[in-house]
Amino acid sequence: MSEEAIPAVDIRGVAKRYGDVAALERVSLSIGDNEFFTLLGPSGCGKTTLLRLIAGFEDVTEGAISLFGEDIRDLPPHRRPVNTVFQDYALFPHMSVIENAAFGLEMLGRSRKEARDRAGEMLEMVRLSELAERRPSQLSGGQRQRVALARALAPSPRVLLLDEPLSALDLKLRKAMQIELKHLQRETGIAFVFVTHDQEEALTMSDRIAVMSDGALQQLGDAREIYERPRNRFVADFIGDTNLLQVSVEEVSGGRALCRLEGGVPLDCEAVEGISPGASAWVSLRPERICLSADAAGPQSLRGTVRENIFTGTDVVTSVDVGGGRDVAARASNSARGSARLFAPGEEVFVNAEEGAARLLSES
Amino acid sequence: MRGWTRIWLLSPAWLTLAALSLAPVTIMLVYSFLTKEFRGGVAWEFSLAAYDQFFLDRGLFGDDPPEIEWTYILIFWRSAWQAGAATLLSLAVGLPTAYFIATRPRRERAAWVFLITIPYWVNLLIRTVSMKFLLRDQGPLNDFLLGMGAVSEPLSIVNTNLAVQLGLFYSYLPFMVLPIYAAVERYDFSLSEAAADLYATRWVTLRRIVLPAVRPGIVAGCILVFVPSLGSFLAPDLLGGAKNFMIGSLIEEQFKGNAGNWPFGAAASMILLTAVLLILLALARQRGREES
Repeated sequence: MSEEAIPAVDIRGVAKRYGDVAALERVSLSIGDNEFFTLLGPSGCGKTTLLRLIAGFEDVTEGAISLFGEDIRDLPPHRRPVNTVFQDYALFPHMSVIENAAFGLEMLGRSRKEARDRAGEMLEMVRLSELAERRPSQLSGGQRQRVALARALAPSPRVLLLDEPLSALDLKLRKAMQIELKHLQRETGIAFVFVTHDQEEALTMSDRIAVMSDGALQQLGDAREIYERPRNRFVADFIGDTNLLQVSVEEVSGGRALCRLEGGVPLDCEAVEGISPGASAWVSLRPERICLSADAAGPQSLRGTVRENIFTGTDVVTSVDVGGGRDVAARASNSARGSARLFAPGEEVFVNAEEGAARLLSES
Repeated sequence: MRGWTRIWLLSPAWLTLAALSLAPVTIMLVYSFLTKEFRGGVAWEFSLAAYDQFFLDRGLFGDDPPEIEWTYILIFWRSAWQAGAATLLSLAVGLPTAYFIATRPRRERAAWVFLITIPYWVNLLIRTVSMKFLLRDQGPLNDFLLGMGAVSEPLSIVNTNLAVQLGLFYSYLPFMVLPIYAAVERYDFSLSEAAADLYATRWVTLRRIVLPAVRPGIVAGCILVFVPSLGSFLAPDLLGGAKNFMIGSLIEEQFKGNAGNWPFGAAASMILLTAVLLILLALARQRGREES
């Protein structure tokens, strides 16, 4: 997204309260045209509320929402040029697949024939042409999902909103649909705003991710940035697996912070705003950036005892007791190279973090 | 389940059906083909006289060439018309009411349903008589209309078709409200959101999405109001006067006192039952066609 481009969706200080309960607290973010944008967070974090505010099903309590520069706060949902793929699809049960897909265009005043032609094209795009005359009740979950997509895309919305559209599908189908959705977004070139609680799904599909919790935006960035440079403890913990270790900060200089783990092992991290020497803080260490060795590699090696090895298919996760009631997980690829580094439970090992792997986290 | 257990467990249902449904209908069917006794009751002798009397006119002495007897067919037709009007009236009031109740917060709904049913704790006869007091020339309705200046002289409602329709409407309104309420309550309101999202106005959403979805409830409500209205005799007797005779009153008369004609009353009942079954069958077939 270039700086001067008008964002597809611009959310400025938006808050939503139900009586005294705040569902969303002053969230600001911009979604670019042609962007696959994901709102990620646990249930109750406000991600669906934000989506519903964009669609117009709820009124904002505070703040402004604009679509391509136009304020849409006072527009009812049927006058907003966005379409939604609902979590439970919300297909019209008394209409055939093609009637469902043509509904939006008909409502926009297109002729019956034109609406059906376009709906037919959409069904072809999601490869459901042969089921056009079926009722939704006669389709499988994956097929319903694709009808919902065709129906939402048929009126050529300027932004497509997707509310956990894959959560009802089984794992294999979900993986296939993730790729299909990503392709659809590239083909149509419109902005997708995708809501999910599944961090892996978010990392796989998104151009940018907004991590939310407790009605507030926690971090905004691309998948790599969010995974590798989590801003706070919530993000580090929610995205992927990680080891969270408590440290005391000793020295901050030149953009680096020297931290010390309990037991005296030093860790060199990137400095984080708001954390000064003397503070106690948390550090995130991703399991795949830790390797185990029989001998100490240096003063930064942490001594421990192997507790168990867990085989997960592609990887082996080794859990190491490093004392003080703390466990550190190390992940090794299940390859010849990775397996060579395996230690048996009870063996004494040294835990070594890769250069730059430790990430200092801010408190909020 | 083994054979005997199954029969044993199903027996209450079979007994109920046999005693309360099959037996009365069978008795009426048999009586309709018997000969009438002069002081009420039947003589056990096969006869088609009752059906003959309903459909055919053989003149005063019964020896003219038979022609179609219109009297009872007209009564039948008027009954259907009255019941139909009462059903439409109930639908017009019942649908918005049911929709209103079903869209209240969950904990309020039971209270609203309760309010709807309260008047039905009072006997139907009392309610119908009260209706007469409400509607009469010096009654509260006319007082109100005169007071408002909406009319310059009292509206004569009692002893008209309208009075009968209003009476039937009031008698059977809950039978319209409750099934529609049940259907609207089951309705998935995310469908309305989906329709709004696809550029449908509220009105179009109601017509194209909500109504088709709650249609089974509407059909059930219409049947539950229409069928008892068709055979009703209290409202037409008390509110309609002599002119607005309905089939229910005709049947009732045949079984009352010494002047009655049991086989004829039974035959009229069977004809009414057949007509209702034909209507239900037509609805069921149409439904079956739509679903296939």
